[in-house]
Amino acid sequence: MNTNDYLALNFTDIADASVFFPQSRREFLKRLGGGIVIFVALGEIVSAQEEVRNRGPRPGLPADFNAFLRIGEDGRVTCFTGKIEMGQGPITSLPQMLADELDAPLDTVDIVMGDTDLCPWDMGTFGSMTTRFFGPALRAAAAEARAVLLELASESLKVPQSQLAAADGAVFDQQNPKNRITYGQLAKGQKIARHISGKPALKKVSDFKIVGKPLLHRDARDKVTGKAQYSGDIHLPGMLHAKVLRPPAHGAKLRSIDTAPAKEVPGVQVIQDGDFVAVLHAFPDVAQSALENIKADFDVPEAQVNDKTIFDHLLKVAPAARVLKQGGDLEEGKKNSSRKIETSYLNSYVAHAAMETHTAVANIEGDKATVWMSTQNPFGAQGEIAQAIGFPREKVRVITPFVGGGFGGKTFNLQGVQAARLAKAAGKPVQVMWSREDEFHHDTFRPAAIVKINSGVDADGKLSFWDYEVFWAGERGAEQFYNIPNHRTAAHGSGWQGGPGVHPFGTGAWRAPGNNTNTFARESHIDIMAAAAGLDPVEFRLRNLADERMIRVLKAAAQQFGWAPAKGPSKRGLGVACGIDAGTYVAAIAEVEVNSKEGTVQVKRVVCAQDMGLVINPEGAKIQMEGCITMGLGYALTEEIHFEGGKVIDTNFDTYDLPRFSWVPKIETLILDAKENPPQGGGEPAIILMGALIANAIYDATGARLLQLPMTPERVKQAMPKA
Amino acid sequence: MPDAISFRLNDKPVRLNADPDRTLLWVLRTDLGLTGTKFGCGDGYCGCCTVLVNKVANRSCLLKLKDVEGKEVVTVEGLEKDGKLHPVQKAFIAHDALQCGFCIPGQVVNAVSFLNKNPQPTRDDIVRGMNHNFCRCGAHTRIIDAIQSAAAEMKGAH
Repeated sequence: MNTNDYLALNFTDIADASVFFPQSRREFLKRLGGGIVIFVALGEIVSAQEEVRNRGPRPGLPADFNAFLRIGEDGRVTCFTGKIEMGQGPITSLPQMLADELDAPLDTVDIVMGDTDLCPWDMGTFGSMTTRFFGPALRAAAAEARAVLLELASESLKVPQSQLAAADGAVFDQQNPKNRITYGQLAKGQKIARHISGKPALKKVSDFKIVGKPLLHRDARDKVTGKAQYSGDIHLPGMLHAKVLRPPAHGAKLRSIDTAPAKEVPGVQVIQDGDFVAVLHAFPDVAQSALENIKADFDVPEAQVNDKTIFDHLLKVAPAARVLKQGGDLEEGKKNSSRKIETSYLNSYVAHAAMETHTAVANIEGDKATVWMSTQNPFGAQGEIAQAIGFPREKVRVITPFVGGGFGGKTFNLQGVQAARLAKAAGKPVQVMWSREDEFHHDTFRPAAIVKINSGVDADGKLSFWDYEVFWAGERGAEQFYNIPNHRTAAHGSGWQGGPGVHPFGTGAWRAPGNNTNTFARESHIDIMAAAAGLDPVEFRLRNLADERMIRVLKAAAQQFGWAPAKGPSKRGLGVACGIDAGTYVAAIAEVEVNSKEGTVQVKRVVCAQDMGLVINPEGAKIQMEGCITMGLGYALTEEIHFEGGKVIDTNFDTYDLPRFSWVPKIETLILDAKENPPQGGGEPAIILMGALIANAIYDATGARLLQLPMTPERVKQAMPKA
Repeated sequence: MPDAISFRLNDKPVRLNADPDRTLLWVLRTDLGLTGTKFGCGDGYCGCCTVLVNKVANRSCLLKLKDVEGKEVVTVEGLEKDGKLHPVQKAFIAHDALQCGFCIPGQVVNAVSFLNKNPQPTRDDIVRGMNHNFCRCGAHTRIIDAIQSAAAEMKGAH
């Protein structure tokens, strides 16, 4: 592709504080003026979202529709969505879906994202749900809009609808193509608001012209020139930058404080409300150094647990198992086994570490608060902020500029609450941008977790039973997909928050939550069983799979890699893993080089094949796979939070090591043609493989079986077989 | 009273009455409104705040205002000339070498500095030259490709 394929972005100017504040949808319609507005109410979208995550009651506003689009009198089409852009690409792929369904040129489609006053209610951008669940609603809206346009054109052109066709933003008479009228002309003078609740007829996949075409990111130009606005780039007149006092540990209580030294700095304002203490100044660096002058003493509770003892603790506090799936008879399976192996797998707490720290700008004018913030769930943030400052929800507007990475971490909205509280107290606009140290302290880490697997294989190399228990990682990805006659899968505790006395700090969703832990354990254990059966690990998987989609992706990866079967450890350093996430099937093969003296691992090559149903933007999907593979190197090899009780010891990137250029393997991605199936998730699936993929390759290289993530040099050395 | 500090910023002279011990990153972002330069870690690890000082990449979170007295500072906003993007910027777009985009100004500026020193790099040279700029989304392979093709294009231009 070259830059000529690049599509200019016409992103609504969300930073303009003078943008209107509609009080209701009626007012919103009035404000939009003429044109055609389509609302869609597809109940299943809401219920699908809620099934994924129950986050308390939905707000009443606006409850009756999930998506809308508008065709203006200028012919421009605007899509309004509560989803946000954090690098995963909906700013490009959603207009792609809309343009195709509507027969509108792609460059006439604008998108407004994550603005609680302008966009329909949305649960949040996570769980790879944008394309799967919002996509159909948007396509339905577009199909309905197209139907309205055809009706209008029929009247205007005096041609029966059956004789009309739409293309390139215009409707024309198929018998006389010169007799045509553009969408803009049709929208002129109209005030049409259409609600649909049924399922309008959508285009057939074979009729798509724009969907399935690789497109460059629409926001690329603004992002390489520095023009793209993130929350911290918003400056309002009279705005103060706030730095909030951070306790030394979770659970610490403020005993005494002397803020006088901070107040001595000219221009500094100190706001204190109990334990909540902040220093404000026109310049953030001055606020930060003034904050460091504050003398604060905290009572820090005695540490009960640390990064070494956490696993025993988590087992001790685990609630009883919830059985997720079971079948056959485990005892019968044990009897039929020629080899039985029982193993535990561990993984540590992992940070989100988005390059953009949590940031918010709050402005309160009269009875209305406006908060620009880096968030994955603007409507959730709206509710939290409203409660914190005592405003009705509809008097809080959350606007989401570009988000500098989320990965689940920006479903936590504390910075928006801090900014709003401070703006209210200071009577001025306030920006809160967390320092990296704030970020490591407040982050809702991926939970440490344990998986215990007991399984057996029979004399034919078939898995005879599978008994699986996961503790504190959650259910996603726990259910195995092999053809095993006797099986049981159970989960202990939630994968979101543990509850009191479980984790010493906040935990939550981390890219493909639960599935990284579960797939590491399952695919490592499958490899162990393959070795026990004396079989090649790809051959062993194929022998135990009945699911055709999984067989297809596994074979595709093996073929692309040039897999030659061998029993492990073959000393070649090759590993395999497969899994399912967000409806997508994924398999990968890796080659690694292990320095057994130093314990270091270099991943040389990764081939990854994916069946994700219909692909909207193949280029965007490949980028997500590459991103998953690269990001996944971190949790596999180095990323681990060290802590002593509630004190997080890692505070910056000196001790918390992110994947670097020198770590990155040759990556080959393969998206299998499955366009007759509905689109599935793309932002998360490939990352779930990385733990087991590398663990299995290390085993193949050295015979060392790694049972704990991350696989640090120390752990690799410890696992080396004794000579 | 703060001292006046003079330097060139994106080809224009700047004279600031500000505390010379303030951090360059925040002076750029707040006093001068150049928000393309990002804050990522505040300690020089991540490279989001990279700017050119006399054509060499520097972490602006580690520089004080007085460190650039009399020098030439270029931020990501200064790379575009007469409406034309720098070849490195064009190559990042053409290779789709970004996701969330937050680290990209720092990556682009560091790549420009790197190519000034090494106009015909090997892939390994690029990896070494970029190794201290972080990208959490994992755009690394595309960034390497983009820098390679920018190098090829710039060779033609010089």
